[in-house]
Amino acid sequence: MNKRYVIYMTLFIALVLEVLPMPLNLVVYRPEWLLLVLIYWNIALPQRVNIGIAFICGIILDILLGNSLGLNSLALVISVYISSLHYQRLRNYSIWQQMVILGLLCALYNLIIFWLQHWLTDVLFQFTYFWPILTTVFLWPWLFWLLRKIRRQLDLK
Amino acid sequence: MKPIFKRGPSLESRLMIVVVLSLALLVSDGLYGIFTPVRSVLTTFVSPIQYIASLPASLLNASSNRIISQEELIAENNLLIQQMMALQADNQRYQSLLAENEQLRKLLDAPVQTALPKTVAELMAVDNNPYSLQVLINKGSLSGVYNSQPVIDDQGIVGQIVDVAQTTSRVLLVSDLSHAIPVRILRNNLRLIASGSGELNALNVRHVAHSADIAEGDILVTSGLGNIFPEGYPVAVIASVVRNEGQPFATVKATPLARLDRLRYLLLLGRENTPLETRNE
Repeated sequence: MNKRYVIYMTLFIALVLEVLPMPLNLVVYRPEWLLLVLIYWNIALPQRVNIGIAFICGIILDILLGNSLGLNSLALVISVYISSLHYQRLRNYSIWQQMVILGLLCALYNLIIFWLQHWLTDVLFQFTYFWPILTTVFLWPWLFWLLRKIRRQLDLK
Repeated sequence: MKPIFKRGPSLESRLMIVVVLSLALLVSDGLYGIFTPVRSVLTTFVSPIQYIASLPASLLNASSNRIISQEELIAENNLLIQQMMALQADNQRYQSLLAENEQLRKLLDAPVQTALPKTVAELMAVDNNPYSLQVLINKGSLSGVYNSQPVIDDQGIVGQIVDVAQTTSRVLLVSDLSHAIPVRILRNNLRLIASGSGELNALNVRHVAHSADIAEGDILVTSGLGNIFPEGYPVAVIASVVRNEGQPFATVKATPLARLDRLRYLLLLGRENTPLETRNE
């Protein structure tokens, strides 16, 4: 039986969480749900979720957020490429090491978006753009646990 | 080591293809806006995600509406009746002033201003995007919303529509970095341009000469130039004027009158139905 749709379901939920309305003073802390879920599946099942899926999810996110097309997809693709280069090493790291690597990836993701936005429209640098890195890193252990449970229970390959 | 892909191109060549594709999309859409016509189709396509995302909030709202107490309702009702009385008292004078204004305009041979059709819309989502200030509303092309339609709330101008899907549309707020609005000072009709600062509650008024008669507390209203915003709606109040002679222009900041951080119900102003030529009769 084909249980691959579960992966797409989790990606869909991540997309919903990305646009979920939040109180205005909490919005700046919104974690990068899509990046987290994509990287988990990329580390666990690199032959299933890779650059192609990251690109499609990025385009959908761009349409949802009203960005120029290609903005999130480029940043996601580069982050996922890096994680898929080292997926075997990342799997064997302890959760703390994974959190550090994830923080770096998330920082890169945010930086790429900032650079592209700066190139398209002259946005100014504000430190609040980088709060999501912290929330994303602290979300990773819980999400990792949850998604691994899903993957093992359904025996996804 | 097991290869990631059993068939097809390698990881690096896939990356190259996708990066080139993304950059092409970015340049064509971000710099030249080639995808603006297809945008509404794309947004309609993903709007189910938006609806699912706004479901918890609307459910909470519905349930809190259901369990509101009778005393609260009575208190709110009394308040509304008082407000309505005050507004109707103002409205009586407004009607006579409107008629008088129309007569005077006819005497001057100036075109009479017609009332604009209005649509009420509700806020659906605020964008999770620190780089551009946009909100999503629950009216789309099916309700007659069109691109660059002006949007106001009960205090002043909120922004304009930039992206229309079938049942939702996107409003660019006046304080967005890429937005500018032609205004005039209510006190002395000085024409200016107020452009967004990227911060929610600040506008920059550009190119103000040092000698210009502008002061803190002046109210800016739309000037009607530019043919997007109708004339006479309040936009912002001047917050600070700094005249530094070392700079070519005075640095003027304004605060939008619309409460952009607590939007709930919005009003979309439609086009005037009567064409320009027939209005002069």
